[in-house]
Amino acid sequence: MSTAPEKFELTPENLAAAKKIIAKYPPGRQASAVMPVLMLAQKQHDNWLPQAALEYVAKLLGMAPIRVHEVASFYTMYNLRPAGRVQVQVCTTTPCWLRGSGAVVAACERALGVACGGVTPDGRFGLKEVECLGACVNAPMMQIGDEYYEDLDSASAAKLIETLKSGGKPRPGPQSGRKTSEPLGGPTTLTTLRFGKDA
Amino acid sequence: MPKLTIDGKLIEVEAGLTVLQACERAGVEIPRFCYHERLSIAGNCRMCLVEQERAPKPIASCAMPVMDNMVIKTDTEMVRKARRGVMEFLLINHPLDCPICDQGGECDLQDQAMAYGFGRSRYDENKRAVADKYMGPLIKTIMTRCIHCTRCIRFATEVAGVEEMGALGRGEHMVVTTYLEKALASEMSANVIDLCPVGALTSKPYAFEARPWELRKTESVDVMDAVGSAIRVDTRGREVMRVLPRLNEDVNEEWISDKTRYACDGLTRQRLDVPYLRKDGALRPMSWNDALKAAADRLKAAPGDRIAALAGDLSDAESMFALKELMTALGSPHVECRQDGAFLPADSRAGYLFNTTIVGIERADVCLLVGANPRWEAAIVNTRLRKRHLMGGFTVAAIGPALDLTFPVQMLGDGPKALAQIAAGTHPFSQKLKDAKAPMIVLGQGALARPDGAAVYAAARKLGELCQREGWNGFNVLHTAAARVGGLDLGLVPTGKLKDVNAILDAAASGALDVVYLLGADEIDMDRLGKVFVIYQGHHGDRGAHRADLILPGAAYTEKNGIYVNTEGRAQLAKLASAPPGEAREDWKILRALSEAAGKTLPYDTLADLRGALVKAHPGFARIGDVTPSSLGSYSGPAGSAMDAPFAHPIANFYMTDPISRASLTMSHCTEVFLNARAAKTGTHG
Repeated sequence: MSTAPEKFELTPENLAAAKKIIAKYPPGRQASAVMPVLMLAQKQHDNWLPQAALEYVAKLLGMAPIRVHEVASFYTMYNLRPAGRVQVQVCTTTPCWLRGSGAVVAACERALGVACGGVTPDGRFGLKEVECLGACVNAPMMQIGDEYYEDLDSASAAKLIETLKSGGKPRPGPQSGRKTSEPLGGPTTLTTLRFGKDA
Repeated sequence: MPKLTIDGKLIEVEAGLTVLQACERAGVEIPRFCYHERLSIAGNCRMCLVEQERAPKPIASCAMPVMDNMVIKTDTEMVRKARRGVMEFLLINHPLDCPICDQGGECDLQDQAMAYGFGRSRYDENKRAVADKYMGPLIKTIMTRCIHCTRCIRFATEVAGVEEMGALGRGEHMVVTTYLEKALASEMSANVIDLCPVGALTSKPYAFEARPWELRKTESVDVMDAVGSAIRVDTRGREVMRVLPRLNEDVNEEWISDKTRYACDGLTRQRLDVPYLRKDGALRPMSWNDALKAAADRLKAAPGDRIAALAGDLSDAESMFALKELMTALGSPHVECRQDGAFLPADSRAGYLFNTTIVGIERADVCLLVGANPRWEAAIVNTRLRKRHLMGGFTVAAIGPALDLTFPVQMLGDGPKALAQIAAGTHPFSQKLKDAKAPMIVLGQGALARPDGAAVYAAARKLGELCQREGWNGFNVLHTAAARVGGLDLGLVPTGKLKDVNAILDAAASGALDVVYLLGADEIDMDRLGKVFVIYQGHHGDRGAHRADLILPGAAYTEKNGIYVNTEGRAQLAKLASAPPGEAREDWKILRALSEAAGKTLPYDTLADLRGALVKAHPGFARIGDVTPSSLGSYSGPAGSAMDAPFAHPIANFYMTDPISRASLTMSHCTEVFLNARAAKTGTHG
């Protein structure tokens, strides 16, 4: 779906989800639901919002189309052009950059064959540079779809992409083997405490 | 009420004002771009920064409510520095193209840069450039100049009621545009040109025509509808270059409709500039003396009751008064100003006025529109209705064809039947009218200009009596013709056996009349005039002139001093801004000269004499600018039975309603873009 469709409609499941979101707001304030509903529409439509989807959302929420367009064009997480079914977002903000995000970007570009901001010719992958995603303890990192992949370097980033390309599902989280954001060599404090089933 | 100190001066203001408004009350000027007193507060230009004692940084005065014991300083080094800084930032991306910018000379940015700016720029990167947007045939855009004040967006959303403008993108990439770059579909759209504090939105028809300092400014009133908007006519030499709104809180606030603003190019086209006489089927130019003699001969030869006169929609009160006097002198009782055949009895003034007044709309709580489309018949009235709607607690209902008034309208029916039900109290809405504190009914010409107009009028009067409260008159007639109320005030209704314009036209067709005198009357069906001798006095070669046997060239509304009475009954002065073209003359002078040639000399030689006689006979015309409230008595006139046919709105094309707007190129562009193009999309094409 890389060309703009004439018509757009939420699937019955997504419409039900949208109605649930709308019901969170007082009557007459359904416009407040515009951002989550746009996100639903974007997820349903291969990661981008065509004109028809904006107009559908406007009608659903009783808003003027220009108001929905304003919101969708303001936030960078809404794509108004085809952005790839799988979106690879590499963080290049200072902490990630200091920890080598440049190499990660380069590896992704090589692996996907497109420059940052581009979409692979088959429309499957989109590569994007983004600002801080809030996982600086595991820098450098990137977000693919809804998952975070952390502690990257050139090789692990390339491997991730290759796994995805071949239809595999890489394990989210730190790619260096450490558990979440604990110290690289394992815990150094509170080593005697046991929680949960280990207790 | 909070007391605060502004620049060392203690001042007490109402609670709820902003610091900027309080500063204005204290006589301190605060520069601003985004703030506008008739729009919501945006607070995004930051030009209005002032210093508040004990505040850590300058405050945006337009968005800060006043509080007790505030100490505001507007003339400190901190404020000056803040203004210089804001101005420098605003100018970072603003092109230095003032010499080729139409806003030059009347530009807020230019003026405020001079008064509060930094004087030079420290910025030597590339400026940003923004693609121009299409906004229709009236608004020219140079979007690189835009400073993102969002006044135009707020105007379109709030005042015009068309949510079609918005700001896309963010930060440096923000652009102001209409949705999908369509023309801004509002009758009030061009007001964004006045609102734009820079040269981003300028007037397309007026592009590169003149500089403001070359223009002579004349304060006048508009005649394109019966609202009587206050306007300023800007002329260079003989030509009217543009029309701008003037402040009149009682009528148009500071807005005018697109027709009021842009029909003025019709003043230079299709003009009648010499007298003409039809000879062997063709109109031939001739001298004034010969033309007046020819007219007088015809009038003298005809018995009084075989002469009729029709006054048109753009006629000033003076010429209508002179016409009536001349016809009376000639013995003709057939003088008519209701050329659309609307049933409007002239005996009780409250029976044909917009009694609530336009500003009074803001006090109403229920409004019933009967056969009226205020959006097209009086765009300013519609704007006021919308303003009232936005205040909340206002119900608008309508009888007639479907309406899009930019606010919700409850449809109660399409014709006299629904009106009769409400008047009889058998409709649930009549209870609503009875319970309302300030109900108003607006009777449109579409309900009156029909064969059963009398029955409709009688039913509406009955409803009007329901809409009377202490100090409140809720009966309103919405006129479409600038001359109509003046004509009715002057008694330009036939007193002989021909009762209305239809009777006059039928008599003309059947040969019962010898001469019909048209004073700028172009809205009648000329084919119905039969073989009668038609004298047309007017300013445009429109329908009347095409049919005429003799043409006496008159003056348009910008070319004469005249009194016009608006739909509220407010007498206002239109002023001469430029001379009529060629040998055309002011209308009262033509009638005065004709009266002399016909041997019935009217007793006034100057406009002052004429106005003296006019005011003596009709003292109401002396109260210029005011509305005299009149009470609505009970109605005992003719009624007749109503038909089933639904009401139809009288205006088929908002942009072309009179000889001037029909001659205007801009108005024909608007017709093409706003009416024909849209009709083609939904019509039978394809």
